Amino acid sequence: MLSLFTKSSEKSDLLLLALFAVVVFAMPIWLAPFGAAYPDLMQRFAIYGIFATGFNILFGLTGYLSFGHAAFLGVGSYTAVWTFKLLGMNPIPAIIAAIIVAGLFALLIGFISLRRSGIYFSILTLAFAQMCYNLAYSVLTPITNGETGLRVLRDDLRLFDAPTVGDGGPLLSHIGGIEMTGMPGFYFAAVLLVIMVGLAMRIFRSPFGMMLKAVKTNQTRLNYTGVNTRPYTLAAFVISGMYAGLAGALLCVIDPLAGAERMQWTASGEVVLMTILGGVGTIIGPILGAALIKYFENIFSAFNDQTLNDIFSFLPDQLQEGFVSVTSLFVGEGWNLSLGILFVIIVVFLPGGVTEGLNRIGRFGLRRLGIGHKSKNEDETSPAPGE
Amino acid sequence: MDAILLQVLNGLDKGAAYALIALGLTLIFGTLGVVNFAHGALFMLGAFCAVTINKVLTLQKVVLSQTETTAWGTPLEIRTPLAQEWFGDLGLTIIDFSVPISILAAIPVMLLIGVVMERGLIRYFYKRPHAEQILVTFGLAIVLQEIIKAFFGANPIQQNAPEMLQGAIDFGALFGNPGALVYPLWRMVYLAFSVIVILSVFAFLQFTTFGMVVRAGMADRETVGLLGIDIDRRFTIVFGIAAVVAGTAGVMYTPILPPDYHMGMDFLVLSFVVVVVGGMGSLGGAVSAGFLLGILQSFASMSEIRDLLAKVGIIGLDQIIIYLIAIVILLVRPRGLMGRKGVME
Repeated sequence: MLSLFTKSSEKSDLLLLALFAVVVFAMPIWLAPFGAAYPDLMQRFAIYGIFATGFNILFGLTGYLSFGHAAFLGVGSYTAVWTFKLLGMNPIPAIIAAIIVAGLFALLIGFISLRRSGIYFSILTLAFAQMCYNLAYSVLTPITNGETGLRVLRDDLRLFDAPTVGDGGPLLSHIGGIEMTGMPGFYFAAVLLVIMVGLAMRIFRSPFGMMLKAVKTNQTRLNYTGVNTRPYTLAAFVISGMYAGLAGALLCVIDPLAGAERMQWTASGEVVLMTILGGVGTIIGPILGAALIKYFENIFSAFNDQTLNDIFSFLPDQLQEGFVSVTSLFVGEGWNLSLGILFVIIVVFLPGGVTEGLNRIGRFGLRRLGIGHKSKNEDETSPAPGE
Repeated sequence: MDAILLQVLNGLDKGAAYALIALGLTLIFGTLGVVNFAHGALFMLGAFCAVTINKVLTLQKVVLSQTETTAWGTPLEIRTPLAQEWFGDLGLTIIDFSVPISILAAIPVMLLIGVVMERGLIRYFYKRPHAEQILVTFGLAIVLQEIIKAFFGANPIQQNAPEMLQGAIDFGALFGNPGALVYPLWRMVYLAFSVIVILSVFAFLQFTTFGMVVRAGMADRETVGLLGIDIDRRFTIVFGIAAVVAGTAGVMYTPILPPDYHMGMDFLVLSFVVVVVGGMGSLGGAVSAGFLLGILQSFASMSEIRDLLAKVGIIGLDQIIIYLIAIVILLVRPRGLMGRKGVME
């Protein structure tokens, strides 16, 4: 089974993608025992899966660590809401517009940021994202509606569907009368997730992807052989910006509201964490990471003192109080603290993320069974040691 | 003219904060080769040292009054700070001076935090890729600020400068034009403080044997190690010093900006830009770029200039001026204003 994930041929890719599609579409069934089978959460799994997959195309392949990807998410969201406002509530034009605008933004920011590499690049992207956030929050209020957030209003232009939607219900995006909320919303996002993952797979296996991996391994050597790496890294940056724009648009398809807080550096940090947690440079890793983080965020933020008291009610009173006050630091409002600690632990002990952990366990298991000695492709998924 | 001078002064105190953080960042980067995303958190921790000291100093004793009652008929509570009860008027003065006093407490605390951070976590990352160094310090920054949030809450906590330093100086009066240039006294104190700190860091590096060894280590770590000097230990101390610089900057900044848990990150992003503009690894570059960007930012937020720009259709320049300058500098001089060749290429 594991070798399936490490082999790379056209056929096994298609097979894997089909398998992945089945797993994604069956989420409502197999997530039910975990208490995560409700549409709102699964939509977020799919959307942030797309976001992280896109981020991974940049970070996983080229090794360029961008700390400003949330900016593209935000730009995508604003574009989507504006498309809703101007053209109507159909999600397709909104998504297309969001991808294009986010791509243009990425082109601009990437063109400047990619002049430097390493730490400089991270700092530059962080600065750009913070600049976008500041602009969206205050100066560009006519476009972004500042603190309140941008939403679709009933008296907006909406060229194509203004007369049809106006029955007093909340404004939702829809295709052919199916409103993009609940399960249809999830399936819409899920289809896009599968498409986007398929695309990412193609990129990973293509000569272009090989070139990006070469950039990660040793850019200097590549430059010495006479290759101009800038166009390749810029292309990767733009593609991953487009992924982020798509994710931002999808967030608005599900709930037509865009706010500046989506662009904050914490949001950029979150997608980095998702990718690291899942496994940098693997196809499935970032999606796994995104799902894990959103899942635990959902569970942990819901905890409050009441539920904690219930959980620890079997303990003697004083102990119960102690336990509740300690754990309440990490759940509910304090979820970010657990996130930060998780971040540090993952980076320190398992820089390859969950997929590496699984691989290690799998390899260990195989060795115990006496099969699967060193296979040739064994190390392909684990990141190259050192850069 | 007065307005311009006022903007320069305004810019200087913000610039001083940027310069102090950027100085620490550059120190750490130059010695250990690590970009410390948790440096803003150190600034914030310093600010909360001041908050803690203030809380401790103002611990109160509550006595129920025998004779007087409140409007509700309950006995009046008389609150006296313990410091006042023990030391009388001296106690009140101590409370008044809680921010400057906090510096005394912040120096050992921040030194300890810095050394623990370096020994406990960051030293394991010298040989790892830069991306992982960034990530681990970033995670650390989240942890630190969330811990502060858990203890102190999410709201800014107002701190007051000592009463005698709360007024304003009328610079105009010095030039025979009273009222034209009035500037808060505490900001002057802050400026003087940061100049002293910056100068003493430079003097420490330039004129002491310890500083000489550190500079040698920055230039060529390996050779210094081969000479039988324990350079790692000295670099750890440098990390501690950088933490102290950031922490005391935070303490002194509290009367200007009420500290909250995310102030560190807000400053960090700008300080990074400062470091990049100044040139990575150049201490002088970091300091001068800090002041420069602070002044430019305050000029861009001048109302006359804002109106002027609005007429030609540019709005909100004051929000993004620093970033724009960073972009221009990087396009024109990729190494920054005073960047050395071969550092982080």
